[in-house]
Amino acid sequence: MTPERKVRILIAKPGLDGHDRGVKIVARGYRDAGFEVIYTGVHQTPEQIADAAIQESVDLVGLSCLSGAHLHLFSEVARLLKEQGAGDVTIIGGGIIPREDIPRLKEAGIKEVFLPGTTLEEIVNWTKENVSPK
Amino acid sequence: MFAERVLEQVRKGMKRWLDEVKKSTGNPQTRARFSTVSDLEIKPVYTPDDIKNLDFERDIGFPGSYPFTRGVQATGYRGRVWTYRLFSGFGTASDTNRRWRQLLKDGETGLSTAFDFPTLMGYDSDSPRSRAEVGKCGVAVDTLADMEALTKDIPLDRVSTSMTINPPASVLWAMYLVAAEKQGAGWDKVSGTIQNDMLKEFIAQKTFMCPPEPSIRLISDTIEFGTKHVPRWNTISISGYHIREAGSTAVQELAFTLADGIAYVQDVVDRKKLDVDAFAPRLSFFFNSHIDLFEEIAKFRAARRMWARIMKERFKAKNPRSMWLRFHTQTAGCSLTAQQPFNNVVRTTTEALAAVLGGTQSLHTNSLDEVLALPSEFAVNIALRTQQIVAEETGVINTIDPLAGSYFVEGLTSEIEEKAWEYIERIDKMGGMLAAIERGFPQVEIANAAYKFQKQVDSGERTMIGVNKYRREEETPVELLKVDEKVETEQVERLKETRRIRDNRKVAQALHDLRAACKSDKNVMPYVIEAVKEYATEQEICDVYREVFGEHRDPGFF
Repeated sequence: MTPERKVRILIAKPGLDGHDRGVKIVARGYRDAGFEVIYTGVHQTPEQIADAAIQESVDLVGLSCLSGAHLHLFSEVARLLKEQGAGDVTIIGGGIIPREDIPRLKEAGIKEVFLPGTTLEEIVNWTKENVSPK
Repeated sequence: MFAERVLEQVRKGMKRWLDEVKKSTGNPQTRARFSTVSDLEIKPVYTPDDIKNLDFERDIGFPGSYPFTRGVQATGYRGRVWTYRLFSGFGTASDTNRRWRQLLKDGETGLSTAFDFPTLMGYDSDSPRSRAEVGKCGVAVDTLADMEALTKDIPLDRVSTSMTINPPASVLWAMYLVAAEKQGAGWDKVSGTIQNDMLKEFIAQKTFMCPPEPSIRLISDTIEFGTKHVPRWNTISISGYHIREAGSTAVQELAFTLADGIAYVQDVVDRKKLDVDAFAPRLSFFFNSHIDLFEEIAKFRAARRMWARIMKERFKAKNPRSMWLRFHTQTAGCSLTAQQPFNNVVRTTTEALAAVLGGTQSLHTNSLDEVLALPSEFAVNIALRTQQIVAEETGVINTIDPLAGSYFVEGLTSEIEEKAWEYIERIDKMGGMLAAIERGFPQVEIANAAYKFQKQVDSGERTMIGVNKYRREEETPVELLKVDEKVETEQVERLKETRRIRDNRKVAQALHDLRAACKSDKNVMPYVIEAVKEYATEQEICDVYREVFGEHRDPGFF
């Protein structure tokens, strides 16, 4: 019997902003909760993120943006993943995101958006409930 | 400071007092442990025993005298109040110019520029990397034409301007100098600051372009150029602000910032063979003022004392001005909450007070909505008024360094200093800050502190009002500044027009000359200025840097 594969997560910072305090805390929180975590570092293009997600065959992509460019960047990542046949990868996002943008992000394929004030436990629990290894 | 006999009595008295408190109250404390926001443990009461090793002359002294614990200016705020300087910029250069002129009309005394991410990273507004970022988090500046629009009708010989710009600092500074010159403000008159501190970018803020080594070379070029040609300019603002925002403790902020300062001074001395007293008086600093009032005051006081000692003892400076730690302060963005945003006014006021009691030279107070968006005009006005009320109504400026001599504040100042020296020694042993950054030392130290803090907030051990305590379901709506999507198309059009009317042959020649200068050990500044004059774009110049020096990639420590 092979042990059940762990959920693999890619944590990524698309765009030009370097605010990585939150994203690194989330990455570490996931790791401490027993997930397999890859962190891309800052300044990634949507193409680089989609490629990394496919290459690493992850189950979840977590995006963070604090510059206000989330609508464009998050939607691009979702579009590219779909285009390359990886539409089954769950995408979540966080950062400085106005509440009124959430419906548009969900429409673009972002499954959940976590706003400031969210605890690590909430994110981890959501992931356990909504993502399973492929 | 006290005779052993007195200290003996104090210790006895302390013991007696503790016993009595325990006896009379049973369970006297609401928490097992009291600590600062940086998790430094604080005692119930401080006494002469906590400052027994202090020597008044050696460690405290008078304002304007070594080691400058009490301030670099002999007259403190009685001679001159700090500069009210609000970090602002959004949309196009003309949008920001309008905001600046309104702020000056409202009593702001210095300008501070927020650039958008493409400008901060050395990309033009029409680069694919700039999509959806143009004018969003600051003002878009692509060429000299934008800089001219930004500074239009602002007397650059009288108003000082700070520019938060790092990898492309040489380029934006060149644009400013040329714009000033065209306005008739000579380089001997213009004053201001470029942040130009790359080490803290690798450590914390993550706005980087070229690798660390050539980044430092570009900084030393600007310092040398300023020393020779722009005598009133602060060619670097050695910054702890972003280190703190990334989640460091107060001690880490202080230690890493001063260690960065040491690296810069050493590089200019080694590379440029300049006498330390020739350039050190123009080095400036930038700190965060977080929510823990006394910890911050102690940090600022310790910073001045430490830098004075570093410059005098380590670098053998002779000019007292080389030993001055002059600093700008920004209240802590990371202490603000998206929830119940009006409460942020109170946080910012407390932090402004800490900066002032700590002796800052210049201050930015965050707007209440800054955690959600760029500040609205309504919010930025409250932020400016906050400073004016602290300065002009409360009376805290009446005496210089009012908390000197407090057992607690002096004790905490020394404790923070001691802990910061320990870090600096560790970094020295690693071979200096560049080597420490390469192995991820400061990055991981900060990430650890940030993670620990978040755990404390999540568990409720550390209170954030409106986040983990006193929450409300209903949020008070705030009207936010929206940057129009049209800004991007307008800016791209403008850039295309500039490219169309300039002399492209001259641009190519200037870039060619710059490339050659980058490959030699010549100072790049004169070449950047020539390129800027021909309306070379920011990215065209930065692409030369990228081509010659290479690009840095985030190693992604977490």
